Amino acid sequence: MKTHEVVIESGRSEKNYWRDLWKNRELLYILSMRDISVRYKQTILGTSWSLIRPLITMMIMFFVFSKVAKLKGDPGIPYPLMILAGLTIWTFFSNSFTQISTSITANSNLVTKVYFPRLIMPLSSSVVSFIDFLVALGLFVVLTIWYQFWPDWHILFLPFFIILALLASFAFGLIFAVLNVKFRDIGQLIPFIVQIGFYACPIAYSSRLVEENAGEWWHPIYYLNPMVGIIDGFKWSLLGDKAFFNPNSVINSVVVIGIFLFISIYFFRKRENSFVDDI
Amino acid sequence: MAVITAEDISKRYIIDHKRGKGSSSIKDALGEQIRKIFNGKKSPHQEAEHIEHEDFWALRDVNFSVEQGDRIGIVGHNGAGKSTLLKVLSKITEPTTGRIHIRGRIASLLEVGTGFHPELTGRENIFLNGAILGMTREEIRKQFDAIVDFGGIEKFLDTPVKRYSSGMYVRLGFAIAAHLDPEILIIDEVLAVGDAEFQKKSLGKMRDVSASGRTILFVSHNMTAVQALCNRTLYFERGRLIEQGETNQVVASYLSKISKTKLIREWNTPEEAPGNDLVRVKKIEILPEYVDNQIFIDVRTPFRVRFEYWNLMDKANLNLSLHMNSMTGECIFNVGTQSQSYSKGLISGECLVPGHFLNDGTYNVSMMIVKDTVTPLYNMEEGLIFDVADYRDGVAWYGKWPGYVRPQLKFHTEMMEENILND
Repeated sequence: MKTHEVVIESGRSEKNYWRDLWKNRELLYILSMRDISVRYKQTILGTSWSLIRPLITMMIMFFVFSKVAKLKGDPGIPYPLMILAGLTIWTFFSNSFTQISTSITANSNLVTKVYFPRLIMPLSSSVVSFIDFLVALGLFVVLTIWYQFWPDWHILFLPFFIILALLASFAFGLIFAVLNVKFRDIGQLIPFIVQIGFYACPIAYSSRLVEENAGEWWHPIYYLNPMVGIIDGFKWSLLGDKAFFNPNSVINSVVVIGIFLFISIYFFRKRENSFVDDI
Repeated sequence: MAVITAEDISKRYIIDHKRGKGSSSIKDALGEQIRKIFNGKKSPHQEAEHIEHEDFWALRDVNFSVEQGDRIGIVGHNGAGKSTLLKVLSKITEPTTGRIHIRGRIASLLEVGTGFHPELTGRENIFLNGAILGMTREEIRKQFDAIVDFGGIEKFLDTPVKRYSSGMYVRLGFAIAAHLDPEILIIDEVLAVGDAEFQKKSLGKMRDVSASGRTILFVSHNMTAVQALCNRTLYFERGRLIEQGETNQVVASYLSKISKTKLIREWNTPEEAPGNDLVRVKKIEILPEYVDNQIFIDVRTPFRVRFEYWNLMDKANLNLSLHMNSMTGECIFNVGTQSQSYSKGLISGECLVPGHFLNDGTYNVSMMIVKDTVTPLYNMEEGLIFDVADYRDGVAWYGKWPGYVRPQLKFHTEMMEENILND
């Protein structure tokens, strides 16, 4: 039998960190299962909540933006479908981002008592958001059948945008998770960021409307938001060419997310051994 | 072969003392950082609300090594650094300086039922907690029946643990931990919880574990358990490892240290002594007659309580009344002297408390000076506080011995009739 050797030293990061993470995949599975099964305990409607919420949000948005504000959607695409597509991927991102940001503090009882690669906690919280996302995607499929709207070959790109959204939630969530350990101000800030993000992203409206204002000063700033490319791309994969999509925005998303992901993983790894001292 | 080698381990915590008003967290930190970046010095405003950082060394220059199969006891007062050491060893927090080399799979049990989720059932929590402690699902499945059996919770397997009694909760937690199979096991004070019956069971389990040749590190305030389980002991005080070696010796010096300073209180002149215009206390002292060259009081040790006081009255009929109280305030016994007539001067009294009388625990002695057998002149409450350590011989049980007194009374059993089953 191979002996397991460990050296503990200040500032020394585990040599086999990623292998350790892989070894702990069962823990990841069990923590995710815990969060999923605990989620709707003592509720009457149970899991149906993950259907009811997006459905009602979609209906309200449809009413407010399409009927009251009379915003134009992409021609040839039913407005509710456009909203639901944007809402689905945005909810996935924002839930995952929120959960990741609070994952360390929410599991403080574990952080102070046992060791495991701390990255397990944000990973397991994103799994829960992903399950919710799959349910919401199922709802979208039902709605496309209702509207007799069939996707084409663009759907092959769908996984790419889903993964990109997931990476985006890590890129921003991990930094906040680390900061949240020491500064609980972050907990107050997150819902606010999510709310701003909702309006800054093409969810209730089409980016076509943004493009019509191409000369305005805020136009380039709008595209700095990496979620714009992801949401537009996601809609484009599901709804085809009729959905407005500027491929350049995805390049921007990939670059921004790549940079932030690198920084946040570095930051997380650097701080994770002292979470317990600050929590 | 050394399985753990710790070299110069120190752990520093920084304690913030806030000066001036303002209680923001991120504001201070951000403000300071931004100022550093932009002008490299503190603003006068910042100076006014200065946060003072004070270093606190939870561990300081700790060196030790643990051999394969060692059962190490870790003792010391609260805040001596024991728990910090366990946290550093279990990789929960990193040391500020120093280096630890560990050979072997390590499992640490700093709490019973770590990560239990109140909404989940006993069954689900077994898998959750097992995974958190580093078991695979396959291992848990194999041990599942043994865990349920050990914890005695068969009937409640599918009940959410929030409906469990605290005893059941602890039993389930320990049962899972007891079925871990690491090469090195780290345990913090788990025996402080649970009823006597369960403590017995858990200590038995720990003996089995150690008998199988695995290495154990065990923090406890229960000296009986440490003495029974551990072959070597580390004694910490204020972050430093001040003594290590053979358990009985280290435990003895720990026990003598905690009780030493408390065995005498003395005042030199009547002016500074406690009391009133009529009587003043000069001295209260406990004089143990140690057995086996020990340097601390245990349940076998007889001791005398000596009391000296100044009588400032010309002539008075005085007697002493001694109260022995438990730390929870109950009086265990009260003895008084005969009343006697005394003139002005220094008076002493002495009471012998026999060995094999008080149970182990912490006690305080209070002394009352009474005039004419009815009027209390002065009552010295909490005159002295002292500990009685445990001692057992030929008993395999290490739970807390119940009761305030532990007298050795005549008690015997005998066989009355043999072979009643085959008649």
